[in-house]
Amino acid sequence: MAILIDEGTRLVVTGLTGREGRFHAKRNADYGTKVVAGVTPGKGGQEVDGVPVFDTVREAVAETDANTAMVFVPARFAADSVMECADAGIDVIVCITEHIPAMDMARVVPYLHTRPSRDITLIGPNCPGVISPGKANVGIIPGEVCAPGPVGLVSRSGTLTYQIVHELTQRGIGQTTCVGIGGDPIPGSDFIDILGRFEEDPETELVVFVGEIGGDAEERAAAWAEDNMTKPIVAYIAGFTAPPGRRMGHAGAIISGSSGTAQAKKEALEAAGIRVGTNPTEVAQLVQKALG
Amino acid sequence: MDLFEYQGKQLLRTFEVPVPEGRVAATPEEAEEAARGLGGKVAIKAQVQVGGRGKAGGIKLAGSPEEARQRAGEILGMDIKGHRVGRVLVERAGDIAGEYYVSFLVDRSNRDFLGMMSSEGGIDIEEVAARSPDSIARVHIDPLYGFSDFHARTLVFGSGIDAAARKEALAILPKLYDAFVGLDASLVEINPLVLTGEGRVMALDAKVTLDDSAAYRHPNFDELKAAHEVPEQERLAAEKGLNFIKLDGDVGIIGNGAGLVMSTLDVVSNAGGRPANFLDVGGGAGADVLTAALEVITSDAGVRSVLINIFGGITRCDAVAEGILHAFRSFDVTVPVVVRLDGTNAEEGRRMLAESPQDNLIPADTMLGAAEKAVELAKEAK
Repeated sequence: MAILIDEGTRLVVTGLTGREGRFHAKRNADYGTKVVAGVTPGKGGQEVDGVPVFDTVREAVAETDANTAMVFVPARFAADSVMECADAGIDVIVCITEHIPAMDMARVVPYLHTRPSRDITLIGPNCPGVISPGKANVGIIPGEVCAPGPVGLVSRSGTLTYQIVHELTQRGIGQTTCVGIGGDPIPGSDFIDILGRFEEDPETELVVFVGEIGGDAEERAAAWAEDNMTKPIVAYIAGFTAPPGRRMGHAGAIISGSSGTAQAKKEALEAAGIRVGTNPTEVAQLVQKALG
Repeated sequence: MDLFEYQGKQLLRTFEVPVPEGRVAATPEEAEEAARGLGGKVAIKAQVQVGGRGKAGGIKLAGSPEEARQRAGEILGMDIKGHRVGRVLVERAGDIAGEYYVSFLVDRSNRDFLGMMSSEGGIDIEEVAARSPDSIARVHIDPLYGFSDFHARTLVFGSGIDAAARKEALAILPKLYDAFVGLDASLVEINPLVLTGEGRVMALDAKVTLDDSAAYRHPNFDELKAAHEVPEQERLAAEKGLNFIKLDGDVGIIGNGAGLVMSTLDVVSNAGGRPANFLDVGGGAGADVLTAALEVITSDAGVRSVLINIFGGITRCDAVAEGILHAFRSFDVTVPVVVRLDGTNAEEGRRMLAESPQDNLIPADTMLGAAEKAVELAKEAK
């Protein structure tokens, strides 16, 4: 088992004909992911690396039974593309695009949640995607650093996730699924959404939780986990040395007033009985110890 | 982007939010001219993006144009908590009968919009929340359905502002909400919203934060940005497309990806060092980007060592190595540079660095080892 994506994933890529979209879709296909369709309005009928391109997501779904979407279109079109995927019947949407206006995401997220009798999951935007090692890779996480195994990972960051996964894999500890929920202020899924899925996944034995400064998603997740998680969690928080009021690369990584500090997040996690590593290496060591 | 008060008020005026009549001035003479144009008593307000400017002497009243010039002369050039005052806002001043607080913001916790109003204005809202939480009314607004009259009533009656201010406040709130959405703001905060002696309600201050990601649909964004003074090193970095923030330490940091760079700063700090900056070269950075990053970092005379921490994904470590070597060939790199490469093409990158040995180019195997080495070298250089 894994969460969100696996051998049954049939992927449609919006923005497949773009340079980035094509490059990463190819890498995902090479990893073994079933990339079944691309969508670029006006380019229907073309093929990219053997993958048929359609004008609309609806058409792509009808022709190829795609069940998962990866959004790779530029920021000003991305919010619309996410809604198009949802409207076409896709239930798992992974949006890699960075710099989508927060106002747009503030409308997209409730739109997804108000579709009648549907359970739509959006991962991202501004995220590295999702990988279930050995099964499927949707996004830009380098498959080489991952290995199949019992650890679920959820993170707001990209390369920091690779660093931690790398340290785990080096110690012979593989992963069920690694989920990058992204560094935006309004993510489609937050820590709680993903923790819940890992709790239900029979193969996941332990969860690694990678947070950073800004907002209170870590604090809320800590409180939720205390009441709802039976599986152990090992956490890491980045940004202890970040100055207040400055955006540290990610749109969501900012300390506003006295809220959103790394220290407050660490304390909330520890109060919920979650161990917090002081650096990526220590996180891997704590995981190793916990798994026995 | 955080706007100056005068910029925020200019924008709010276009949404018909009442603000005091005022003009911006960069010299005492301009302030005098502005005061003459406005007539009567004026307030001279330092334009800085930091709270507590009133207490620091950054807001003064003037009864005549001549006095306005004198007061502006005192305020211009002042240092308020590390912010130099380059402009003042000269505004018509009047009697104040009541001070309130109102804001709209993107609520990250609930993934919607939050409106807040308080009968206690003119002080920091975090302080009000701690001291008298009952004076704050809150409404969550569904971005799909927008702001309704009942939202406005919930804020106005819930906060308990003076009865005399209710009618105009009810009319202003939808306009403020329209401004919040229309400007692509992440925050519009009016503190204080005032009731004047004449019974009018208006925004006496304005804190507006715009979403940089939405700049493409606001043609005036660049013009607003141009008014902001940026430190030389940050300007240089921005020109080269680098995500750079100056800090006050002596270990220069270069990494790829915001989270990894933040983590690198923390690891350096835990090793007893002090990071000189945050610099994220982004995803898929090529050799030229690495060269530019080293150029920006080493332009800071306070930097005693540099740590380059790269985990290759889309970024290829061989391209990173090429960029580092190119920097060493193109300009004088005098400080020690510790390099840690992992991920895509890391072996090739490490081999390239090993084949062009430099006394001050030090390879490291792990992130922790690299941080310790960089900190040690910075200390030795003192």
